[in-house]
Amino acid sequence: MKSLLTTIICLFSINIISSSVIIVCKKCDISNISTAIDKAKNHDTIIIKNGTYYEFDIEINKPIKIIGEQSIIDAQFKGGGFNIQSDSVYLSSLKINNIKRSYTKDIASIVAYKADHFLIENIEFNNPFFAIFIQKSQNGIIRNNIINGANNDVLNSGNGIHLWNSKNMEIENNKIINMRDGIYLEFVSAAKINNNVSEKNLRYGLHFMFSNDNKFSNNIFINNGAGVAVMFSKNIIMQSNRFENNWGASSYGLLLKEIYDAKIENNYFYQNTIGITVEGSNRINYNHNIFKQNGWATKISGGCYENIFTENDYLNNAFDLSYKGRQNDNVFVGNYWSNYVGYDLNEDGVGDVAFMPVKLFSYIVNSIPEAITLHRSLFVELINFSEKVAPIFTPKYIMDKEPKIKPMNYAVN
Amino acid sequence: MYKILRYSFYDLIRSKWCYIYFSFYLILSSVLLFLNNSLAKSIITLMNIIVILTPLIGSIFGAMYYYSSKEFAELLLAQPIKRNTVFLGQYIGLSLSLSASLVVGLAIPFIAYGMLISSEITNFISVIIIGVVLTFIFTAISYYIALSNEDKIKGIGLAILFWLLMAVIYDGFFLICLLALKEYPLENFSLFSVLLNPIDLSRILIILKLDIAALLGYTGAVFQGFFGKKIGMLIIASVLAFWIIIPIIMINIKSKKRDF
Repeated sequence: MKSLLTTIICLFSINIISSSVIIVCKKCDISNISTAIDKAKNHDTIIIKNGTYYEFDIEINKPIKIIGEQSIIDAQFKGGGFNIQSDSVYLSSLKINNIKRSYTKDIASIVAYKADHFLIENIEFNNPFFAIFIQKSQNGIIRNNIINGANNDVLNSGNGIHLWNSKNMEIENNKIINMRDGIYLEFVSAAKINNNVSEKNLRYGLHFMFSNDNKFSNNIFINNGAGVAVMFSKNIIMQSNRFENNWGASSYGLLLKEIYDAKIENNYFYQNTIGITVEGSNRINYNHNIFKQNGWATKISGGCYENIFTENDYLNNAFDLSYKGRQNDNVFVGNYWSNYVGYDLNEDGVGDVAFMPVKLFSYIVNSIPEAITLHRSLFVELINFSEKVAPIFTPKYIMDKEPKIKPMNYAVN
Repeated sequence: MYKILRYSFYDLIRSKWCYIYFSFYLILSSVLLFLNNSLAKSIITLMNIIVILTPLIGSIFGAMYYYSSKEFAELLLAQPIKRNTVFLGQYIGLSLSLSASLVVGLAIPFIAYGMLISSEITNFISVIIIGVVLTFIFTAISYYIALSNEDKIKGIGLAILFWLLMAVIYDGFFLICLLALKEYPLENFSLFSVLLNPIDLSRILIILKLDIAALLGYTGAVFQGFFGKKIGMLIIASVLAFWIIIPIIMINIKSKKRDF
């Protein structure tokens, strides 16, 4: 037993001692990153000195550390950047520029395939096709990266951070600008996506499908083509995110499609054409969100059951709620509605009259979108009023029986 | 004509109705600023009020002023003056004094609130311009209605009816058309029907100016595409100009008839 222990310790120390540092620079013996990787043994460190290296499709097939000094790797549109095929790879402090475009292959600045325990940090991606493309990998960390796309149409562009069939990923503090989708997840589970900024992306700021048990918090999604799309997933937690200025013909802050058992809390929706649009999603808790100055704060299409909206603030939206379908199994309770005109005689902070968030006009606009041209017209105000007094068309069963008198401001951060 | 215009203008400026109208706007805009605490929001609320109220006031005043100054007009007509200069002078004097009350009443509180150094100044100016244009349009129409009706009650009633038609009934009719034709693409139809009604046109124009257009989905985009271009602006300006010029021409024709 003792001898075994000593051998293990010996083995480890040999391993530690044997890991060496290889320096790459323009005037060194090794002036080329690929040769450095070839010469390196497992767990060596390669330091890439400042400078510009014109290389592409660099393969990393052993566990090594590659550390740059903001050194530039320019692929000159001839291929991709790094191709990670090994576990335990560490990449940091580099600039990877000018990746080749392709219509048949998903070429990226960093590709990882079946590579576990990687760490990618402090890397700046300029003009990538895809920036980070991870497949079938686990336990990776992607943090503090900046991705600057130069894209102007959806067909020619790739995603910022693209994960496929992966587990336990952490994506933190990245900034993604002007890609197709900022962050794209497909078949990814147990990912933590925190503090990222996704801006001016052509399609979605964040897009994920078939990805269960993920958590998104403190992210900012601004000015994206169509905000954030979340589809076909279970057990999602979305907390304290900001969805702003996602404007356009059919644009929205957040799209939920076939989502089950999610929590959407403390998020801030500001000036989106549609704050949240929900289709076929069940058992979702919407708590403590703020919807401010959106066209439609929430748009619920058919097939949504057992959703609960509590303690949200609806502030100055053109329409607070638009609802399709005859049945309602969703609960609205204890929200603040800036359009509420009731009173509170016993002064407990809860209005004494129920609030009906679906206006007749929003019902009309739902079936004829062009009727929106009558927005703010006197006639519309009149029919809204008469409908409020005696509801005929709008669903009577959608109401908040305990509307708050003052906004709660939970999501202000 | 200028003399008559000036006389009408000063006559109205000194009248108590003018002061009431002026102080109404003064109080309205002060209260709005006080309650909203924000220029942008106040301007939106102001727009809602202006689009409805200025046509109404224009309609009522136009008819009332004609009837109350009818005797004076008859006196003037005994003098060697052209008939149409008398009526046109009165009309322009009236419109100018109403517009002056509107502009001054709104501008004082907003300037005191610091509007001149804020970015909202262009929006405010467009609201004011629209208010003035609507005043001119509806005063002209009601003045014409009064001119063609001897009976005071009938004239004022028709003027108010016309306002009601433009402000409320038109939109209702428009909505019914939309409902009936909802199987068809309706962007151009709605664009066209908005162009025909000065109140709707002003409302849409201000909504687009205040940048809520993007919230209006696809139709909003179509409208922005049309009104955002120079040609669209030119069309709007000419449509509004037509709404002033045509009633004036009608006043002209009507006043040439020597029936009193």
